[in-house]
Amino acid sequence: MVPLSWYIILSAVVFSIGVVGFFTRRNLIMIFMSVELMLNSVNISLVAYSHYLQSMRGQVLVFFVIAVAAAEAAIGLAIIIAYYKNNPTIKVDEINLLKG
Amino acid sequence: MVKYILIPLLPFIAFVITILFGRNHIKDKAHWIAVPAVFASFILAVSAFMDVLGGKVININIYSWIVSGDFNVSMGFLIDQLTAVMLMVVTSISTLIFIYSIGYMHGDGGYYRFFAYLSLFVFSMLILVMANNYLLLYFGWEAVGLCSYFLIGFWFHKKSAADAGKKAFIVNRFGDFGFGLGVILIFLTFGSLEYVKVFDSAGTVAGQTINILGYQFDTITVICLLLFCGAVGKSAQLPLHVWLPDAMEGPTPVSALIHAATMVTAGVFMVARSNPLFNLSASAMATVAVVGGVTALFAATIALVQNDIKRVIAYSTVSQLGYMFLALGVGAYTAGIFHLYTHAYFKALLFLGAGSVIHALHDEQNMQKMGGLKKYMPITYWVFILASLSISGIPGFAGFFSKDEILWRAYLSGGLGRFLWFLAAGAALLTAFYSFRLIYLTFHGKFRGTREQEHHLHESPPVMTVPLMFLAVGAVAAGWVGIPPIFMEHADKIGEFLAPVLGHPAGEGSHAEELAVMGISITVALAGILIAYIMYIRKTDLPGKLGAMFQPVYRLLYNKYWVDELYSKTIVQPTLKASDRIILGFFDAKIIEGIVNGVPALIGAFSRRFRAIQTGLLSTYGLAMVLGAVFIIGFWIFLK
Repeated sequence: MVPLSWYIILSAVVFSIGVVGFFTRRNLIMIFMSVELMLNSVNISLVAYSHYLQSMRGQVLVFFVIAVAAAEAAIGLAIIIAYYKNNPTIKVDEINLLKG
Repeated sequence: MVKYILIPLLPFIAFVITILFGRNHIKDKAHWIAVPAVFASFILAVSAFMDVLGGKVININIYSWIVSGDFNVSMGFLIDQLTAVMLMVVTSISTLIFIYSIGYMHGDGGYYRFFAYLSLFVFSMLILVMANNYLLLYFGWEAVGLCSYFLIGFWFHKKSAADAGKKAFIVNRFGDFGFGLGVILIFLTFGSLEYVKVFDSAGTVAGQTINILGYQFDTITVICLLLFCGAVGKSAQLPLHVWLPDAMEGPTPVSALIHAATMVTAGVFMVARSNPLFNLSASAMATVAVVGGVTALFAATIALVQNDIKRVIAYSTVSQLGYMFLALGVGAYTAGIFHLYTHAYFKALLFLGAGSVIHALHDEQNMQKMGGLKKYMPITYWVFILASLSISGIPGFAGFFSKDEILWRAYLSGGLGRFLWFLAAGAALLTAFYSFRLIYLTFHGKFRGTREQEHHLHESPPVMTVPLMFLAVGAVAAGWVGIPPIFMEHADKIGEFLAPVLGHPAGEGSHAEELAVMGISITVALAGILIAYIMYIRKTDLPGKLGAMFQPVYRLLYNKYWVDELYSKTIVQPTLKASDRIILGFFDAKIIEGIVNGVPALIGAFSRRFRAIQTGLLSTYGLAMVLGAVFIIGFWIFLK
């Protein structure tokens, strides 16, 4: 039987990888995937707690997260493609039209 | 009911159409809208007059205009005997003057604008006379003032005209301020602004006092004096008479309609309308009488020496308005309204006649450059004679009956009244003199203008002369509805007609006295005409000699007692200086500009600092977001 703490540690590790990737990567797609990583780390901890507490609520919430993540991925990628068509770059430091 | 609403509404509709479509579509066909509208309004007014003659008094509330707590004002009309007379005067004279304007304003660039404003004026004036409460009266009162401003400054590219418009408006502010306070005080005292309610409870308020700055004053007297303050402004009485002569900068039909026949008599109408209040205050009545009597003489003396044909008539108007107030002040309201009604006809006629002369001379207004116009403009000459005989008070003409009634009533009231009668009789002598001086200078003798002008001299077109003839009929016959009982029993139709509203004047005198007073007024009128005849036909060098002999007096009169200069020194210049210093120099430059420039400067300074945060780097934003999230969660976990 795998104890709860392992799941939590896994979730924290995946989340940290996501955060670091989010900050360090310059490629928009990579940043995007880092965000996905963070979402999924949350999913792991939700399922773990759900099992630990013997409650289905956490798992239901996971489905919501997955659905939202899917929608977000579809829209996010569409925005990236649309942006790439107009400006041939997806590097975030070069996307600075709104700089004050 | 619709009929009564349409009386003011038709001119208003004409105004809206003309002002909206005038510039591009209607242009010089503007009279096809305005004239029928006013004429229809006249027909309806006649029908309303007939209703009132049949014993009906119409008091309708059309809708609630303002409702706020106890304050309740309706948009409503009261058509009683007094209003009926005013309706007839306003609509009949408006119609004639509108027709006359077709000829007089022909070819003017602002032709449509002229008819639009004139229609708006008629609407406002009708609201003023038809109102059934003081607030609606006040609305009409201000609206006619606004139209007067528009029309005095009609030729606004001329500086003198624009200035005269401003002057009229600003001088009227002084009076209207008092009037406004009067209306407020009426509401505070009576809890209502409706005529019927106010007048019904007037008796219960008599004797009440009001505390002003620690002194006790009789409430009714204060109300009456405040209302009269408005009347002094609007009807150009001393000391607010200065705007009316300057108002002659406007087109002549405007002078005739607004500054002679209708608007300036609004003050007389208002005081007569408020007679149940004035009757309760002897001191207010005395004030009205004194102001009227003194103004009558004062303005007449100025008219003696003026050379501008329209200004002579303007001062004559001020003087005649003085007569009306004298009548009101001695309690002879019917006589005042009677004179208002006859005056409207002969004075409109005088102005339109003067307009006809000015038109023929291509905008020459100086009488010293006229003369001998009789043979060129016979119709204008004859109507002028009729109007002048009427204003001079020659028996049989309209002015005689009304003016004589005023003089007789003033004489009867005794004491102060007898003194004022003396002033007014003196003014009557002057009236006859300046009226005929005007005629002799303009129509008799040799032409003193340029050859060019003489070549173009012509009688005005029928569209102008026909209204003149109609008005001439009025100037002669309008007085026949008020023949005093001494000549014919029960012939004082107008007095009996108005009695339910205005009451019967007090005082009885013997027939001998009445005949003597009448004899005196006829004698002075004839004497005035005779003196004018001697001075301007027989011995034409006499005026110059007299002017030289009484140089100081002549200069005093010629410069209108220096009232304008006095006001300029004491009121206008200090105000301008103060506003230059305080408003422009301090308030505008420091406070307004300070706020307007200071706020953006402050925001600019802040934004220069803070916009460095906006780097445009996604990772920075992300870091801020995460740190923020960590901070909030930390706060929540450790401090909650």
